Amino acid sequence: MDILVCVKRVPDPAENEIRLNADGTDIERDNLVYSVNEWDNYAVEEAIRIRDRTGGSVTVVTVDNEEGDEVLRRELAMGADRAIHVQDKLFEGADGEGLARILKAEIEKGRYDLVFTGVQADAGSAQVGGMLAAMLDWPFASIVSHLEVLDEQKIRIHREVAGGNQEVYEMDLPGVLSIQTGINEPRYVPIRGILKASSLDIPIHKASDLGLTADTAGGSRARVKRQDYFLPVMGEGAEILKGTAEEIIERLIGLLKSKGGIR
Amino acid sequence: MQTALISPAEATILGISGVGWSISILVIGLSLFAYFVARRLTPLLKAGADPRLDRIPERLVRLLKYGILQYRQPRYRLAGILHIIIFAGFMILSLRSVTLILSGIVDGFTLPGSGGRFYTCLKEVSATAVLVVCLAAMVRRGLFRPKRYAVPAKYGKAHTAEALAVLTLISGLMLCDMTFEASQFSANFQKGFQTGLLIPGTGTWLTTRAFNPLPVSSLQSIHLVAYFLHDLIFFLFLCFLPLGKHFHVVTSLPNVFLMKLDKGTVKPVKWDLDESKIVDLQSVGAKNLEDLTWKHILDFYSCADCGRCSDQCPANSVGRPLSPRFISLKCRDHAFKRYPLFGRAAKEKTPLVGQVLEEDEIWSCTTCGACENECPLMIEYVDKIVDLRRGLIDDGLVPQSLQKPLKSIEKRGNPYGKLETKRADWIQGLPVKVLGQGENCKTLYFVDSITCFDDRAQKIARSMARVLDAAKMDFGILGADERDSGHEVKRFGEEMLFLALKGKNTKAILNTGVRNIVTSDPHAFNALRHDYQGIPPVEHISQLMERKIKSGDIQLKNVENSGNIYTYHDSCYLGRHNGIYEAPRTVIDAIPGLKRVEMARCRDRSFCCGGGGLAMFYEPTEEKRMGQVRVDMARQAGANVIVTACPFCLVQIEDGIKTSGLEGEMEVIDLVELINDHLVCRE
Repeated sequence: MDILVCVKRVPDPAENEIRLNADGTDIERDNLVYSVNEWDNYAVEEAIRIRDRTGGSVTVVTVDNEEGDEVLRRELAMGADRAIHVQDKLFEGADGEGLARILKAEIEKGRYDLVFTGVQADAGSAQVGGMLAAMLDWPFASIVSHLEVLDEQKIRIHREVAGGNQEVYEMDLPGVLSIQTGINEPRYVPIRGILKASSLDIPIHKASDLGLTADTAGGSRARVKRQDYFLPVMGEGAEILKGTAEEIIERLIGLLKSKGGIR
Repeated sequence: MQTALISPAEATILGISGVGWSISILVIGLSLFAYFVARRLTPLLKAGADPRLDRIPERLVRLLKYGILQYRQPRYRLAGILHIIIFAGFMILSLRSVTLILSGIVDGFTLPGSGGRFYTCLKEVSATAVLVVCLAAMVRRGLFRPKRYAVPAKYGKAHTAEALAVLTLISGLMLCDMTFEASQFSANFQKGFQTGLLIPGTGTWLTTRAFNPLPVSSLQSIHLVAYFLHDLIFFLFLCFLPLGKHFHVVTSLPNVFLMKLDKGTVKPVKWDLDESKIVDLQSVGAKNLEDLTWKHILDFYSCADCGRCSDQCPANSVGRPLSPRFISLKCRDHAFKRYPLFGRAAKEKTPLVGQVLEEDEIWSCTTCGACENECPLMIEYVDKIVDLRRGLIDDGLVPQSLQKPLKSIEKRGNPYGKLETKRADWIQGLPVKVLGQGENCKTLYFVDSITCFDDRAQKIARSMARVLDAAKMDFGILGADERDSGHEVKRFGEEMLFLALKGKNTKAILNTGVRNIVTSDPHAFNALRHDYQGIPPVEHISQLMERKIKSGDIQLKNVENSGNIYTYHDSCYLGRHNGIYEAPRTVIDAIPGLKRVEMARCRDRSFCCGGGGLAMFYEPTEEKRMGQVRVDMARQAGANVIVTACPFCLVQIEDGIKTSGLEGEMEVIDLVELINDHLVCRE
């Protein structure tokens, strides 16, 4: 089975202090460290496991500037067979629909049985997978938490729904899935693997390679544009506890007791 | 000397001469033994390189101390003494056995030195002592069954039968020798011939007395039967040795001679490979038996199944799925199975972890070194665990709980994922220089991650600053330029990440131009001392404080709370791995009026707090936390304050106090904090 996984480089909240910049248009990007989006990492792991069971190949793709190289190499070190770096100045500022359009063009250049995205990435929109499937006219399932390959044309998937319930579906291939964290336990990527992957060739596909122009895809035609970034104003009843860890814990326990949360 | 009996060499049995029998038994026995040993050596030849023939004089001293003099045996009193007697007996009687065996071929053969009165005396007493000890050992193994020999159900049946069988064989050898001698003595007496030296109270003496009523003809038969039975048992025993744990009789002295000489170090990924080439390797770490070094397989062969390692192992004692003893035994059995005595060696590779060992077993080790410190045969465990972890890391098989801190160390240089710029946040107004921005000084305080970021451990850093200041030290820190020392990164098998950290720290340290380094963290201390090269000398703060107290630069006032009973908890990487036991104790005792007691397990038998670095992040299955067990030990010693000299010990033991519900009753304080609290302020 040939699988394409769409991955994105994001600032990982576990290793960064996310703050708004002075003019409130973006987060502060100085001194940020980036990782592969957590959901995408689960998707790559799942793809590798399917390949190891059934044969085929795993390709990872990202739409990013030159910095995106880092996450592609990490996923190659993890076990992906190929990586494609879609990179063009035209694409900067693309919205979800634009990204889906770019990815569609890339997918149509190859032959894939399955396309994975993570459920969501740093923007939290969770929209690229669905739009991509619609544009390809392929079936789509979101929030996939379990996957079995039935045969070359059919898979069975579980979807997480409210209350921890699971829905089970069968889907014809080719198809698009958005993968939920927890579907597996992603392997560790050793530094040695990353160093080894540093010498691998990663083809760069530009807009012209994909037959895209500024009119068909890219930042300039984005129809959803971010207007502002702000921290919600503290509402009534909300309080941020301050002090040393001990003081905060004491105050928290006091509050929980007084509100009847604990006895 | 005229004798009353026909000697084995002159006798004829079943129509074949005694010499013929003797030669046949000797040749068959020796050939079989040589064949078995050769087969056992096969995997060693296929295993990794491991240079062990350096520093010969040092090795000879260790061989004498640990091998010949059995230095570690009496750490377990009764078993140790029994073993020393059997071992000494073996050494003495080996001469006798060779003489006896060859006398069946060359009548009246004596080895130089084995014919005199002194040796006769020695061997008679030894043989009797060995026999008595074997009987005592049989009673001990068979009836009293000490707990540490028990075999958990998942590892099969008890090993008592093998132990008893071997004790029986040894007793048989002694009895045959005695019977052989006694029949001669008795016959000589009866015929009025001159006899040799007979020492009252020995087995031969007793047997001679028992034989006296027998006619000479019977004694002749007994004499020959005893002789050839001795021959047979001897070679049976010899050939039995390579089949199980008694291979240690053959391998232990070489194993001690070839022991690891440098404590606190970790073996390189490959001994015969430059570290810059690691990245090009097909595979890294011990994934299959043959990936281990030949010495590590020799370790497996040398394990005597005495159970001391697992008896001392803190992970084992809190019910984690790790028993060093069974690492050796399981791998030994695996080696035996892959390379059988008869038939072909297995061709396809079998992964050690998964087939022979469990992943959790490998991650459960805190690398505290208690097992290695106890093993009378100097078997190594930490290096093997690290090599096995390297293999798991290489295949990406790392528990989720460890992946996050490893990734944070890669991205931010600390396991907590905090910003590099916050490494110096603990300073908060203290007069601490941050080096590298125009500031320079003589001494670098290497803080390391936990002391930079952990709320509790930061207090050590603040105390350090005050104590160093009081001692008039010209010191500074690296601040944002410091990275995790990588001590646990290396010991958890992520060598390439360690090399990156080492590279950054080395560069930062050398940039400052400092002349020496001090640290309050034994893990950083061990890393800088053993894992780094080409940096200024490093000291642990306990060593520096000891010196400064002695010189009068640090003066201490009377103990604040004279009702407290203090006890010192030895950190693994200060104590066992670096041999620093006295300095922290001297420092504590320098506080006037302070009362200190020792825990039953102290110094080189200290009980690990649960481990530092990445071990703190690992979530093992266990019945109890090691920290809690340690707090119990301190209470049993009658102490109410535990003094640590390591930030990890401090945090783990404080956790142990809290989770045991002993807050208010028990207390833990770091050595530097204790001294800071008792500084005499000089204006």
